[in-house]
Amino acid sequence: MTDPQTSRLVRDVDPESTPEQVPPVGDAAAATEAPTGASPNGAGRREPKTGFSVTLEGLRAFYGDAEQVKGIDLEFRANEVTAIIGPSGCGKSTMVRCINRMHEEIPGARAEGRVMLDDLNVYDPSVDVVSVRRAIGMVFQKPNPFPTMSIYDNVAAGLRLSQGRRGNLRPRVEAALRSAGLWSEVSDRLDEPGMGLSGGQQQRLCIARSLAVDPEVILMDEPCSALDPIATLKIEELIGELKERVTIVIVTHNMQQAARVADRTAFMLDGQLVEVGPTNEVFTTPSDPRTEEYVTGKFG
Amino acid sequence: MSPQAPPSDHLARFAVSPARRRKDRFARIAIQIATLIALVPLLLIVYYLLSKGLSSWSTDFFTTDPTGNTFFKNSNIGGIKSALLGTIEMVAAASLIAVPVGIGVAVWLVEYGRTSWFAQTVRFFVDVLTGVPSIVFGLFIYIALIVGTGSSYAGYKGALALTLLMLPVVIRSAEVVLMLVPSGLRESALALGAPRWKVIFSIVIPTALPGMVTGVLLAIARAAGETAPLLFTAGATLKTNFNLSEYMNSLPVQIYSDVTSPTASVEQRAWGSALALVVMILLLNLVARLVSRRSRIA
Repeated sequence: MTDPQTSRLVRDVDPESTPEQVPPVGDAAAATEAPTGASPNGAGRREPKTGFSVTLEGLRAFYGDAEQVKGIDLEFRANEVTAIIGPSGCGKSTMVRCINRMHEEIPGARAEGRVMLDDLNVYDPSVDVVSVRRAIGMVFQKPNPFPTMSIYDNVAAGLRLSQGRRGNLRPRVEAALRSAGLWSEVSDRLDEPGMGLSGGQQQRLCIARSLAVDPEVILMDEPCSALDPIATLKIEELIGELKERVTIVIVTHNMQQAARVADRTAFMLDGQLVEVGPTNEVFTTPSDPRTEEYVTGKFG
Repeated sequence: MSPQAPPSDHLARFAVSPARRRKDRFARIAIQIATLIALVPLLLIVYYLLSKGLSSWSTDFFTTDPTGNTFFKNSNIGGIKSALLGTIEMVAAASLIAVPVGIGVAVWLVEYGRTSWFAQTVRFFVDVLTGVPSIVFGLFIYIALIVGTGSSYAGYKGALALTLLMLPVVIRSAEVVLMLVPSGLRESALALGAPRWKVIFSIVIPTALPGMVTGVLLAIARAAGETAPLLFTAGATLKTNFNLSEYMNSLPVQIYSDVTSPTASVEQRAWGSALALVVMILLLNLVARLVSRRSRIA
């Protein structure tokens, strides 16, 4: 449980007394997965950085007494894009919201089972939910920049809110905006309100905001459903670039989008996982007849 | 498809029938008349206040205390300084308590209590308090702090009565604007790994701030105009007083006592005071409007 890689997620680690046991995650991840290239004390360095795998083990999610996710076992591989497809109301969003424990924010909602972030169960009682959400970023369906904040402050918000950082955050803000492909469009107006951007830019701003805190996983809950095709294309290109650094789980209603961006695709129906596999297999040679019916447009 | 439409002319079924035209005109005129009727007393009040009150305004009117010499026609009756300052002092003191407590209650209701039975109970009682006549708050303070302790009137007792009056207004208005903050903002802040208290202080409250300020200013305006809670808690006095534990004058109470005076010049002063009170509240409302225009909640 207190493996150095994930120990920062555990509440009872005292950062004062054991700083060297809690290295920056980028390096910790690199140390585990690419031992040859890692330096033990490169605190200022954040590249190379890799994502964590996420594994659901018997995940069940409830709203009150209604079971919306009915026992799912599924692995999201590190540094891959996994798309979740399925008809409306099949539990895609609920399942994804269980991964960073946002599901429990809804009154009366609860989840059972395990969600393994690398080798750490995020539902373990010793795990601090706030740190789980720092490691697993989320982009929502509707772009929602913080309305009281400028573009700059929106990106810095995660650093300030979750890590209590002050002072000059500009390098990290710029890096996040560059990663989100937004820097060239906003570099001359960082002080303007984030709400003044177009819908597609707002959504990339939200992606930059979640990238700024350096997560290992990013969950995207239909990130393009409120965007026009060109903005959608930009986000999709961005997803392709981001998977170098993070693991991406994307819920989508758009099967073409899944086919374009995802390495693997999971098909869900009525709260259950029907099948998961490499994207082209799921779309061309699905093993389950229900998947075939769905991807060929017979229902949903 | 109206029955009189000739079936040959297919456009006829899209035409507005004369009967509907008449009904529409009737309804429009009716609601315009209703609006005018509602405006009549408002305009009359403003007209009388200006025509009768403005003439008594002068520098002395605002800078001298009432003298109490109200029995002789030509004696100097003084101004309204003590009443104006007393109102400002007591309302400020009341706001100092009611605003933080009220906003705290609203934040708790929206962010933590939500639909729990305790939160619902609190909401119910806040609603009840909103409807309680203002004199009841005065009476409560009178019984609890004046009869109960055997002490006399005091500014702070008036302020406490005003606090009770303001609290439900502040809570309700703040709760409404806090609920308007899109839940997506809370969620995305939580999903960034922000602790709940930081989400509330850095995202929710700043987003709701213009609306909360509006609600607070309206509550202040309401408290500033109340006579009943002050009549037998703060009393009436002549001197300007900066000590909240002594008798304190206030505009509404001053107006009340001046109107009942038989001396014409004193009655005249009531008009001037009333105009001053209305202008004060109007200014607060204007500020509230300006602030709410800056609201960022769509």
